[in-house]
Amino acid sequence: MTVLSIFFALLFYAATAIFVIGLARKIMQYARTPAPLKIPTTPAPVTQTGVVLRMAREVVLFASLFKSNKWTWLFGWMFHLALLLAFFRHLRYTIHPDGVFGFMWPLINNPIVLAFGQYAAFAMLLGLIGLFGRRIFVDRVRYISAPSDYLMLILLFAIAGTGTLMSFVEHTDIVQLKAFVLGLITFNWQNMPADALVILHLGLVAFLMIIFPISKLLHAPGLFFSPTRNQVDNPREKRHISAWGQAIDDAEANKA
Amino acid sequence: MADFEVPELEEIPVVPHIKEGAMSHSSPFISKEQFQEPLGFPGELVPNWEEKVYEKMDDLRKRYRSFQVYLDSCVKCGACTDKCHYYLGTSDPKNMPVARQDLLRKVYRRKFTFAGKYFPKLVGAVDMDKDILDEWYSYFHQCSQCRRCSVYCPYGIDTAEISMAAREIMDSVGVGQKYCNEIIGKVFKIGNNLGLPQPALVDTLEGLEEEVEEDTEVAVKFPLDVKGADILLVTPSADFFAEPHVDGLIGYAKVFHETGASWTMSSIASEAGNFGMFIGSYENMRKIARRVRTAALELGVKRIVFGECGHAWRVAYSFLNTLAGPWDFLDPRYPVPQHICEYTYDAIQAGQLTFDKSENDWRTMTFHDSCNVARASRMGPKPGGQFDIPRAVIKAVCNNYVDMPAETIKEGTFCCGGGGGLLTDDLMEIRVKGAKPRAEALKQVTENNGVTHMAAICAICKSQFTKVLPYYGFTMDQIVSVHQLVSDAIVLTKKDSDQAKSESDSDE
Repeated sequence: MTVLSIFFALLFYAATAIFVIGLARKIMQYARTPAPLKIPTTPAPVTQTGVVLRMAREVVLFASLFKSNKWTWLFGWMFHLALLLAFFRHLRYTIHPDGVFGFMWPLINNPIVLAFGQYAAFAMLLGLIGLFGRRIFVDRVRYISAPSDYLMLILLFAIAGTGTLMSFVEHTDIVQLKAFVLGLITFNWQNMPADALVILHLGLVAFLMIIFPISKLLHAPGLFFSPTRNQVDNPREKRHISAWGQAIDDAEANKA
Repeated sequence: MADFEVPELEEIPVVPHIKEGAMSHSSPFISKEQFQEPLGFPGELVPNWEEKVYEKMDDLRKRYRSFQVYLDSCVKCGACTDKCHYYLGTSDPKNMPVARQDLLRKVYRRKFTFAGKYFPKLVGAVDMDKDILDEWYSYFHQCSQCRRCSVYCPYGIDTAEISMAAREIMDSVGVGQKYCNEIIGKVFKIGNNLGLPQPALVDTLEGLEEEVEEDTEVAVKFPLDVKGADILLVTPSADFFAEPHVDGLIGYAKVFHETGASWTMSSIASEAGNFGMFIGSYENMRKIARRVRTAALELGVKRIVFGECGHAWRVAYSFLNTLAGPWDFLDPRYPVPQHICEYTYDAIQAGQLTFDKSENDWRTMTFHDSCNVARASRMGPKPGGQFDIPRAVIKAVCNNYVDMPAETIKEGTFCCGGGGGLLTDDLMEIRVKGAKPRAEALKQVTENNGVTHMAAICAICKSQFTKVLPYYGFTMDQIVSVHQLVSDAIVLTKKDSDQAKSESDSDE
């Protein structure tokens, strides 16, 4: 084992732990915090099924953003869709067709991922450039941007950029890389290729995982917990009361 | 007329470039001790207030999921930046919803997030200080909690939730807004926002009865505190005398008369508005809402109907069951509460009302969707009923109706500029500028389609428009109540007011 491989092995265990535990803690915090009042943005669905559909439109199509601004929607949606495709494309480096997770192989080995997975990188880069451009050129968006907002786009651009370069220009030893990744998963550590691009790519991905639970990337779980989007519009039909709201009622009833 | 520059209306509304500090001088009068104490708030800025701000913020993020999730989730995408009527009217970047939220978010980040604690400059996090408190006071009173931004946010972030939280935090350290807090005190003490005591109400209502009888030769009643009536009407107190509100009240009374309903108003609950929401205080909002419960129980009514009011209808529709329910002692066949438009619409559907639509032929109408009716409530069983039902009522009594441009109505409607606790003379500049987008849309249909009048279903909208639209060249009588139109067209077929008092008496 090279020092580099040991470092990256430990880095990825740490990053995974921080990502999973940090995100789980945030999700638990959101789930446990009461929503004392019914505040769906109306018109809102009047059934739970309707809410699932509304949420699906938001998650899959970014419906509200589409209403707001077609350019932001285009760049943002393009980036996220490409990210999803690239994610599936990357699963091939983490799954052995005959291994425990072999049942997931069809997720990777299908025409959509095979045909578009690699080229999604360009859509991702283009989307990021578009979002960066809006931050610089639209005075309103420039006004609300903190340094971290630019850095986040640069980080994602660097990850996508190094990946694209490895895919189309300067290939790394992909067989060795897959052995390294599978070794991490099965606790049978292997060496990783020592190319600059792969080091940069993996290092930045680990960094992204680490900052996920402490940054605005929390918009991902946040959307699912947004009361304006996930509540059923039925306040007259069904009484909605939080534990602390009930406690106020009870205290008053006891006093009377 | 004004000591500030009234914006020029534009043909095609354009999104302005930012002008930093354009409205930083705008702040409402601060509440004095006498108005703070009845609400349970300190009378002046408390010692060690910075710590108290953090404590309250921590309390609120544990009690409100919206507050916690919205503080974390914003990615600064800019989707909301051109959606607020106050930004469009003032060009002040701190009136962009995201920037308004950030006034609070930057303090939250500093105290409660890893990045803000260790890398404050990187994420724009700062410690609480007096300048920030002043900025909060200024800009969180330039938000009418209209929720337009929440429609367009990809995460549904609602700046109203942040504004309410900020106002509650400020109240908790002794910095309250005079207008809202004085009014809430009046509701607790007297029963309504305007401080009209029971004898004054009796007088006013008797006057209305005489006026309508003179006008129509029919004895239409305006009952108050009638025990055993079927329907309790809760309406904004402006309906008792302000113009054009009172014409709406006359309309409700005529509809009740024609449907033969047994109804009453209450001097305890002589106010539909609930300013507890504006200041973000669950406890005060609950206390105000429970007056309606008390009145319903004391009068022994079977149904509750709310008059034309926007934020009031949000509290009534969305929160009344939570705050003052359960309503199991009322007639289960009707939703609790109902909107007067739902009541009239149902009566129209049932063929109980006769209209002479030609009475309204001299008007060409358009309709202003009140922000909180549009985006925070519903009418009828179907989503969007809050848009369709008032329009259906107007079209049932008017022949000439035109909608304003699609992006300025329904869920995209612009606030009148006076909601959420801003309807006070000390905020006149922001009120006038905030009305600019609506005025532009109205001007378009006035010039292109010959619209003469705009109907509204909210006491605040009506008061705000009559006051500010003249700045843009309209006249104050161009704003009408929806039920004013009903009132003008309705044919009174029942000569005697069968208040059905005898029927309800026999129930007791």
